Amino acid sequence: MAQTATLEARAGATAIARQPDWSFRYWLIAPAVFLLLLIGLFPLIYSLIVSFQGITMMTNDTSYQGFVNYARLFEDTRLWWSLAHTLLITAIALPIELGLGLAMAYLFLEPMRGRQVFVSLLVVPTVISPIVAGSTWKLMFDNRYGPINQIIGWLAGHPVVALWTVHPKLVYPAIIVCEIWQWTPFMFLILLAALSNVDRSQLEAAEIDGAGFWRTFRLIVLPAIWPVMAIALIIRGLDLVRIFDIIWALTMGGPGTMTETISVYTYIQGFQQFEISYTAAIAFLVIIFLTVIVIAVIRRAGLVK
Amino acid sequence: MSAPPVPSMPFTRRPAVRLGLRYAISLALTVVFLFPVYWLFIMSFKTPGEIFHFPPVWYPKSIQFGNYAVLFKDGDAVTVFNSLVLASASTIIAMLLGTMAAYSLVRFKTGGEHLAVWIISQRMIPPVAIVFPIFLLYVFFGWVDTYHGLILLYTAFSLPYVIWMMRGYIEDIPIELEESALVDGCGRWQVLWKVVFPMARSGLFATAVFTFIFAWNDFVFALVLTRTEVVTYTVQVTHYFGGQSNFWSKISAMSVLGTLPVFFTVATLQRYLVRGISMGAIKG
Repeated sequence: MAQTATLEARAGATAIARQPDWSFRYWLIAPAVFLLLLIGLFPLIYSLIVSFQGITMMTNDTSYQGFVNYARLFEDTRLWWSLAHTLLITAIALPIELGLGLAMAYLFLEPMRGRQVFVSLLVVPTVISPIVAGSTWKLMFDNRYGPINQIIGWLAGHPVVALWTVHPKLVYPAIIVCEIWQWTPFMFLILLAALSNVDRSQLEAAEIDGAGFWRTFRLIVLPAIWPVMAIALIIRGLDLVRIFDIIWALTMGGPGTMTETISVYTYIQGFQQFEISYTAAIAFLVIIFLTVIVIAVIRRAGLVK
Repeated sequence: MSAPPVPSMPFTRRPAVRLGLRYAISLALTVVFLFPVYWLFIMSFKTPGEIFHFPPVWYPKSIQFGNYAVLFKDGDAVTVFNSLVLASASTIIAMLLGTMAAYSLVRFKTGGEHLAVWIISQRMIPPVAIVFPIFLLYVFFGWVDTYHGLILLYTAFSLPYVIWMMRGYIEDIPIELEESALVDGCGRWQVLWKVVFPMARSGLFATAVFTFIFAWNDFVFALVLTRTEVVTYTVQVTHYFGGQSNFWSKISAMSVLGTLPVFFTVATLQRYLVRGISMGAIKG
């Protein structure tokens, strides 16, 4: 009797692992794949088709126009500037978020009374909607009624009237401060979890050997937290590349076109200037470009087993 | 860490001094990170006179709810309800479909590595790039400014994250449990309902918190795909931005209304939240 049960259990094991029920496994995944195709593949193909046509606000010209829109991409300096703005924000904000997040993770690594309370409070900015974060900093940076100028005025000893969201030299600091405020806690939380998982016996061995902080960090801690850190960097890096909300709240791409990022520029072309076909060409290139990078990075970092 | 008390130890390395320093820095950081949130909240309780007062008023003399009353009287507050419907419905559907897909990926290796990589890569596409063709599609179907249109979109946009996370949690479920359920005469769908979903419960919660917050915080999709009927609170906030002056009282009150549900969710599901962030990164 017991023997039959074991046999049956073995039969069950084969049923799950070795003889997958074909219709079952595909029924499970079909709805998800269908939805992903709808928002993943459909926009790609549709953008491709429309990008070869000549649809604008004025004309609904669906005839084949060849590579006109793609040729236009290369002459569009505003597009390339928006790419430069995007990369500038990413290149400044990402290292600061990483460095600050890591420092904060070290600060809370060892147990201390009330640690959980501090961690919970520090995480608050990350769960706030980016559009609310942008609005909040718009309030903070208001040249007359906002507290930032007031505090700077106290420190400087005389009233300061800095137009944070308008002045060409101040808009980027304003955007980056808001971005760092919102997302450093995210880095912090991930890195805190990663640091807590580092093998303590190795750290103690390093201390006995007299290795200094930086040497221990480079040889033991960094290799241990690297897989997690890499994912955090990828997530944040990609979020920064498509940054839209906080810029929309703070500057709407202004002054002029000074803070237009790829996302802001695409939105303005498509939904304010109604350059339908041209926007489709931009969207197609952005999707292809990012998908290739993402797949390369995911494979390179060995994130998929 | 319990180093012997060497007399020549530098001042900043003494345990008591270090602990004091850690508290001081922690406190300073908390003040810096929470001050903007404080400012947003008190702004919503200020009278117009206090909002447009120079120098700024650091704390309101009295708490008054006039700014909120206006939002409810004008019907603007319904946008928070819209956000709630869209985020809740899309979270439930995405959790259901995503967990099923993750189960198929983990247990049957459906589509192999390529399918998994493709699914994850979908998470990275910028909303602005796909919202444009989606908008044209929705105009064609008549789905612009409808609940089901946006729920479908949010669901699809959350799926890669749900699948990515649930893969890790399902891998942790001992396969023997499913096998014994099969032996006991359960059908395959029953195994999914009675074994996989209950076993992955904490993972489901952790993932759902984030899925909810993603949909709740969305701005781009709602900006493009809503007009009057299903406007979300994020879009409503930007309606109060003016060229020269902003309606600070409405911006702050609406932001607070839209932020409170998230704070509430995060506070009640705190342990799942921390686990969600860290496990997602660690398990990958």
